[in-house]
Amino acid sequence: MAIDILMPALSPTMEQGKLAKWLKKEGDQVKPGDVLAEIETDKATMEVEAIDEGVLAKILVSDGTDNVAVNTPIAILAGEGEDVSAAASSAKAPAASAPEAQPAPTPDIQAEGLADRPAPAERPQQADVSTPAAPSVITNRTSYNAMAEIPEGTELVNMTVREALRDAMAEEMRKDGSVFVMGEEVAEYQGAYKVTQGLLQEFGAKRVIDTPITEHGFAGVGVGAAFTGLRPVVEFMTFNFAMQAIDQIINSAAKTLYMSGGQLGAPIVFRGPNGAAARVGAQHSHDYAAWYSNVPGLKVVAPYTASDAKGLLKSAIRDPNPIVFLENEILYGQSFPVPKLDDFTVPIGKARIHREGKDVTIVSFSIGMTYALKAAQELEKEGIDAEVIDLRTIRPMDTDTIVASVMKTGRCITVEEGFPQSGVGAEIVARIMENAFDYLDAPVIRVTGKDVPMPYAANLEKLALPNVAEVVQAAKAVCYR
Amino acid sequence: MAVAARKAGRAGTGAANKTTSTKGSIRGAAPNSPQFDKNQDLSAYNEMLLIRRFEEKSGQMYGMGLIGGFCHLYIGQEAVVVGMQMATKEGDQVITGYRDHGHMLACGMDAKGVMAELTGRRGGLSKGKGGSMHMFSKEKHFYGGHGIVGAQVSLGTGIAFANHYRENGNVCLTYFGDGAANQGQVYESFNMAQLWKLPVVYVIENNRYAMGTAVSRASAQTDFSKRGVSFGIPGEQVDGMDIRAVYAAGQRAIEHARSGKGPYILEMQTYRYRGHSMSDPAKYRTKDEVTRMREEHDPIEQVRRRLLEGWKLSEDELKAIDSRVREIVNEAAEFATHDPEPDPSELYTDILL
Repeated sequence: MAIDILMPALSPTMEQGKLAKWLKKEGDQVKPGDVLAEIETDKATMEVEAIDEGVLAKILVSDGTDNVAVNTPIAILAGEGEDVSAAASSAKAPAASAPEAQPAPTPDIQAEGLADRPAPAERPQQADVSTPAAPSVITNRTSYNAMAEIPEGTELVNMTVREALRDAMAEEMRKDGSVFVMGEEVAEYQGAYKVTQGLLQEFGAKRVIDTPITEHGFAGVGVGAAFTGLRPVVEFMTFNFAMQAIDQIINSAAKTLYMSGGQLGAPIVFRGPNGAAARVGAQHSHDYAAWYSNVPGLKVVAPYTASDAKGLLKSAIRDPNPIVFLENEILYGQSFPVPKLDDFTVPIGKARIHREGKDVTIVSFSIGMTYALKAAQELEKEGIDAEVIDLRTIRPMDTDTIVASVMKTGRCITVEEGFPQSGVGAEIVARIMENAFDYLDAPVIRVTGKDVPMPYAANLEKLALPNVAEVVQAAKAVCYR
Repeated sequence: MAVAARKAGRAGTGAANKTTSTKGSIRGAAPNSPQFDKNQDLSAYNEMLLIRRFEEKSGQMYGMGLIGGFCHLYIGQEAVVVGMQMATKEGDQVITGYRDHGHMLACGMDAKGVMAELTGRRGGLSKGKGGSMHMFSKEKHFYGGHGIVGAQVSLGTGIAFANHYRENGNVCLTYFGDGAANQGQVYESFNMAQLWKLPVVYVIENNRYAMGTAVSRASAQTDFSKRGVSFGIPGEQVDGMDIRAVYAAGQRAIEHARSGKGPYILEMQTYRYRGHSMSDPAKYRTKDEVTRMREEHDPIEQVRRRLLEGWKLSEDELKAIDSRVREIVNEAAEFATHDPEPDPSELYTDILL
């Protein structure tokens, strides 16, 4: 019987990719292990190998097709002894009906939370995603006050978070010869998540340095180099691996300025993906925002949008202090408008009101913003006007912006993927208690990741993470609705 | 004063080989130890004596309650840091662990500032905020003073990385003990240093005990000079009680690193007379062992004999040196006792730039 060959996923987070090239043509005999085609994403390239023996009866998705969704049939294989033309005509769903050709999500689509983790089986909103790409103009309820930092009339360019981070590093490296990037697979491999793509080619092996797998060691090397005034950008493949290096981050980088009476600081950026990706289990899914935010001597940054990622990373590289820069793998591939400016920076320590509202304040950061913004849209339908604050920097925390908002709305919830105890939400609650207690009309509620190590099973993982319904429910609870 | 003497010693290094005629007259010299000229011996004596007297005073002040927390004395190990420092040139950096007072003095940091840091006063080198284990001086190229055992090895490798990056020709001397030598990051650092040919000399001060654990009870390979073998890093064992041997090995190692050949390991076989810190039970070794080391191998006594018997200095001349050193130490102690504590407003300064 005819076998559908499906578009494979290169990684747990991949949703779509480009069918770069067919290496077999219709009518070719195929045996297991034969390379059929090459597919590409912005992160990686992979060969599609045949699993079954047969004849390539029909190619459903042609060479060079972009945005082919994972699990879309891309070809049909006729089994042994099967009639090839009959197999070919068995194609149920030609490429045209596959959910391909998704445009780059617009900020408003981001706001609707449609860029959630891939869950192909249940994506009722799929149709919404194919809304035509909006021009790079911020429209509708999302006030997107980030743009307050940008001169009026500035051109905006859609860009992924990944590209924004790369551009930030490249721009700072062009400006300052003391900036260099080091980490595992940052150079020849072009970055485990392709964040450092092209840097080796532009800046050479002296400034884009592949390290051995040796987090503790290279974190210390980075801090030592920073003591002398160089400005290392140390990439951890994930912040889970930085646990091997956390002694150098905290004991050496964060404390030395104080212990030296102000003589010796460490202008260093530790960056990499933090928190859960998808289906990678407990040791690759931990959100460390609360951990690092506990430490005086560090600044902790966790951007959500591409524009903030770029502007904050540039500020971080210029900052004379050690910075923990927490990225998110799910966000890497998401697109946002980024101002086209020669030197765009975002100040560290300033939150942004992403969406203005008057009934309840939702405070979040990084990928937590996807739940918060989607929830705000849901709440709007029920007549609740939510204000959404993107912290952007966890330490120093912008208490003023939170407090001003709570004074206005009288109600607050926090949203994060990290654990509940001693989490970022707990800190926000404490600050509201200390600074705006009399303005509260309801106790603050935290929406967090559940208090369990991240499970692997898809259903359990989904349960362990916060979701939009929980945010909506919490917001309604503090509004007594 | 002591610093001036050291400079004189350095200036005299060119004449080191001209003093071989005195070789036979020096008792206790190892057969193959290269000889020092008079200036070098004088300088070595001054420097080591300063550290010895400073540390004795520190111990005394700790006993008086003027110094708090931990206080790790360097007594017995003076030849290591003084000999190595003699082999450096301006710009070379030093980084070490928590037994760091000797290194700071050898780098030329002000004795008053060091002592006032031990007493936690505002005139301390870290304004009283670092303490015994945490002092730094960019001016003297001293990068600490680190309380986490082994952390300085990666950090020192990073300083060497910066030298390599800047192509400035400087070498970083990275000191650690036989205890730290068992930390994982030491080998992560060895690997990178050799891979990238970084200008770093790893000086392992093997004083035989990691706190109270004898080397043989903690280390499968007790020859620390071989700890770089699997990375192809050359190493040698050095009589760390003989400053001439230290200096000669230091020159070889530093030259190797400076010439672009990568890291070098020196295992300095040394001994600490005092406990690990001030609250040491002294149950893990015999008094006899300590006495024997002091009497037969004392690094300062070796130089003192050369000065008296080889260079024919008089007891009075040595006494004059001793009293000048005591004066420096007493002044430091006096300053550190009466300097005020940091202003309370200092609590919240120097956290971020």
